[in-house]
Amino acid sequence: MSLTEHSLVKEIDYGTPRSNAEKSVTLSIDGKSLSVPEGTSIMRAAMEAGVEIPKLCATDMLDAFGSCRLCLVEIDGRAGTPASCTTPVAEGMVVHTQTERLSRLRKGVMELYVSDHSVDSLDRSKHPDADLLDTAAAVGLQEVRYGFDGAHHRNPGIDDSNPYFAFDPAKCIVCSRCVRACEEVQGTFALTVSGRGFDSIIAAGMDEKFIESECVSCGACVQACPTGSLIEKKVIEEGKPEWSEITTCAYCGVGCSFKAEMRGDEVIRMVPYKDGKANRGHSCVKGRFAWGYANHKERILKPMLRDKIDEPWREVSWKEAIARVASEFKRIQAKYGIGSIGGITSSRCTDEETFLVQKMVRATFGNNNVDTCARVCHSPTGYGLSTTFGTSAGTQDFDSVEQMDVAILIGANPTDAHPVFASRLKKRLRQGAKLIVIDPRRIDLVRTPHVEAAYHLPILPGTNVAILSALAHVIVTEGLVNEKFVRERCDWDEFSDWAEFVSQPRNSPEEVAKVCAVPAQTIRAAARLYATGGNGAIYYGLGITEHSQGSTAVMGLANLAMATGNIGRPGVGVNPLRGQNNVQGSCDMGSFPHEFSGYRHIARDDVRSAFETLWQRKLDAEPGLRIPNMLDAAVDGSFRGIYIQGEDILQSDPDTHHVAAGLAAMECVVVQDLFLNETANYAHIFLPGSTFLEKNGTFINAERRIQLVRKVMEPKNGYEDWEITCLISEAMGYPMHYNHPSEIMDEIAQLTPTFAGVSFKRLEELGSIQWPCNEKAPEGTPVMHINGFVRGKGKFVITEYIATDEKSGPRYPLLLTTGRILTQYNVGAQTRRTDNVIWHHEDGLEIHPHDAEQRGIHDGEWVKLASRSGETTLHALITERVAPGVIYTTFHHPDTQANVVTTEYSDWATNCPEYKVTAAQVSPSNGPTQWQQEYNEFARKSRRIATTIEAAE
Amino acid sequence: MSLDKFVYMANQIASFFVTQGQETAAASTADHIKKFWDPRMRAAIIAHVKAGGAGLDPVARLAIQSLPEVSSVPEVKSEVGQATQTR
Repeated sequence: MSLTEHSLVKEIDYGTPRSNAEKSVTLSIDGKSLSVPEGTSIMRAAMEAGVEIPKLCATDMLDAFGSCRLCLVEIDGRAGTPASCTTPVAEGMVVHTQTERLSRLRKGVMELYVSDHSVDSLDRSKHPDADLLDTAAAVGLQEVRYGFDGAHHRNPGIDDSNPYFAFDPAKCIVCSRCVRACEEVQGTFALTVSGRGFDSIIAAGMDEKFIESECVSCGACVQACPTGSLIEKKVIEEGKPEWSEITTCAYCGVGCSFKAEMRGDEVIRMVPYKDGKANRGHSCVKGRFAWGYANHKERILKPMLRDKIDEPWREVSWKEAIARVASEFKRIQAKYGIGSIGGITSSRCTDEETFLVQKMVRATFGNNNVDTCARVCHSPTGYGLSTTFGTSAGTQDFDSVEQMDVAILIGANPTDAHPVFASRLKKRLRQGAKLIVIDPRRIDLVRTPHVEAAYHLPILPGTNVAILSALAHVIVTEGLVNEKFVRERCDWDEFSDWAEFVSQPRNSPEEVAKVCAVPAQTIRAAARLYATGGNGAIYYGLGITEHSQGSTAVMGLANLAMATGNIGRPGVGVNPLRGQNNVQGSCDMGSFPHEFSGYRHIARDDVRSAFETLWQRKLDAEPGLRIPNMLDAAVDGSFRGIYIQGEDILQSDPDTHHVAAGLAAMECVVVQDLFLNETANYAHIFLPGSTFLEKNGTFINAERRIQLVRKVMEPKNGYEDWEITCLISEAMGYPMHYNHPSEIMDEIAQLTPTFAGVSFKRLEELGSIQWPCNEKAPEGTPVMHINGFVRGKGKFVITEYIATDEKSGPRYPLLLTTGRILTQYNVGAQTRRTDNVIWHHEDGLEIHPHDAEQRGIHDGEWVKLASRSGETTLHALITERVAPGVIYTTFHHPDTQANVVTTEYSDWATNCPEYKVTAAQVSPSNGPTQWQQEYNEFARKSRRIATTIEAAE
Repeated sequence: MSLDKFVYMANQIASFFVTQGQETAAASTADHIKKFWDPRMRAAIIAHVKAGGAGLDPVARLAIQSLPEVSSVPEVKSEVGQATQTR
């Protein structure tokens, strides 16, 4: 079946949200008897029984509002005609949804709506985009007695200021679904109904244009609009979609489910899928709108070669490119040894693609020099949680947040980096749950509409481990330990050693306050709240892991959760918010040089022999090089060739000069990507990659949730990424034959106990699966460690604070930390090639007014940012979000290259770089540094593509 | 030069395990290095200890002294022979 023969995925709108009540109520609707959970609305109960009650202001993403008066019903024994959306079911209730009286009332209501609408008849063919007329037809409206020329409500004209959607007040019926979506689903409160009666209109911000308001462009309002008043511009331009597939977003680790809605082979829009268990029908500006990069003019679609990196690229056939990769890698291995080449798997690609890259490195290259970008983000999570709990992953599903009573959010900024999770968190906080934010910067969640953190602990960058020990000190010394839990689930001797350690006076809040710069009383209060506030959940991000003590801090979090018994049930846990869409998957798939899929060390003979038997190759039992080690080895001369699938290490890895030196020292750098990224400036062979819309496979999100990625168009470059890996492997003498990615997953399941029950067929049936999925858990595992830890007894680990060697001093008195912004994604390769640049077209440097004044720096001016590693320039943003002494920037733009400044210090256990602490100095500047100018010129030259073959010579 | 980095890394690892108990620190450090370091890195640090081990903290030094010799260091810059993909 061709792709376009699929139909549009229609989702049922039940009108009001699902009730979670356990008690069931039986009633009758139009003669049908049915049982539904107590608290269900009549509207929803009717829809579940297959009876659709007309509605305009109701949708199951939002709480009932009862304003449109279209969903009226009659109930035996009750007077009047109540709205079915706001009326809950009751035992024995007898409901009628279709009566002559109701029909008359609905027509009357509808007639009024239509008379205010900018149509001149009820003829739907004349007004194909007037969705309201569909509802008019559904209630049987045949005439409008008031005519079509009367006064209409206020209409200041179309607002098309947002790059992705437009607002046409003429089509608006002021049902407030958009306003409520912005409040209830997204939690931004950017919209309101302004004015009354005919004057009423939906207003963004303070009656501003959408783009000028605090709107975050998540699309919830567009999705909620029943009349097409708010609509995607692409639908206006191209027409309504004709078919769709369910797929998984390729941006962050939340892993939102989307319907890719298509017209022919063109994407019309991405609409969040309500049955997606990670996002529950919500989205952010990136996944919802920022997918246009797939067609960007800079996307490379043909393989290219060059002998030296200062030459222009030469387009070649796939055959020639693959042959060159194979001959170069074989030549290098012959000359420098088997260990002289390696590969980097992509956390942007699918599990199947990642698995094949590591398979090729281990089986075809014959070494274990494989790594992935998790090295630079959550490798400490793997080490820390595996050591303490026994599994290298988060403990909960995202639904768990709905049962959380108090959350510690540390080193994460979800409203920017994990926006859909942030919306779910905010919803729970508005219901009364408490929040403790530990972050050097005043992130939005510290105080945002209708959400205010109970405590914000603005620690100095680099002091995570100290503050965690101080929190533990309070819990232990004030008798707040859940002793029953600890005795049952954890090793008591290890706990005792740990308790004695944290109880020492040097770990007291009063002492730690001197290190962290947070008042002792605040530390004590936060600890008490976490330990006694009910279900306590920890959510953390790269602000925990990207430190020289990253792994230690992860274990510190695990200690806190165990000591308070906050593990092993819904509402609690230790939850890493993972960065890339498939960084969990890339780790699960054995992308690290020391372990196979499922986190099993390569030195284990039983595991290795299983792989050797299936792959028919002898495999190396020694760990290979990690990314920073590869770069070092390249400079030292023992590492000479690399295959990089979908990762831009030059921009994303620390100390750019060092990365550049490593890449420049190699004889063959193969980059497989959508664009000529920064790393490709040092490449000899470029293989064009495919987007997530062009391939089949799976991604695994931060919840360990395996979800299908479905192909909606043919790869514009000719191959899905896994096929390219197969071509290289075959050319090197080790063919890997698969007809479809599902066969790769079958191999993964065969070799990996935690994936034993996973297949594409099961994923189709269940929608998604959280590993472990095997005989013990045939439908997967939403919450881990329920009756005991995977490793047996939970392990308390002593977490001594050891200050980083990256210290501020007279030359570099400030501490620089880094993070993401909502509209851009990581190195920006994708988002910079969309209209998202409207919101964030360059990286800026946040600096406290006090520090700015001392240096004579004014808002918006160029400043030079210098560290021991290097210097760059960017524009200053003066703000009190950062404390005095702390500065902050994002790293989305290659013009800035924030990583020119970051250092080579790294986590003691995993070499995860210490991005989050760099001693720095800031001074006024006239513009880009010489290095920036030279690099721009180098990048420009490096990206030249010869127009003819002759020109290359 | 990478050796400085290896020394720094070994000291960093040792300084964590020292906090877990003096008596097991060297063994744990050695185990960590064995598990996570590529053979050429281990060979370099072992050679460094044999040459005096400048810069290494006592626990790190003890740990490295306890490491087995590396048998399968990839040959560097040797021009001889065609590498095979299996060993």
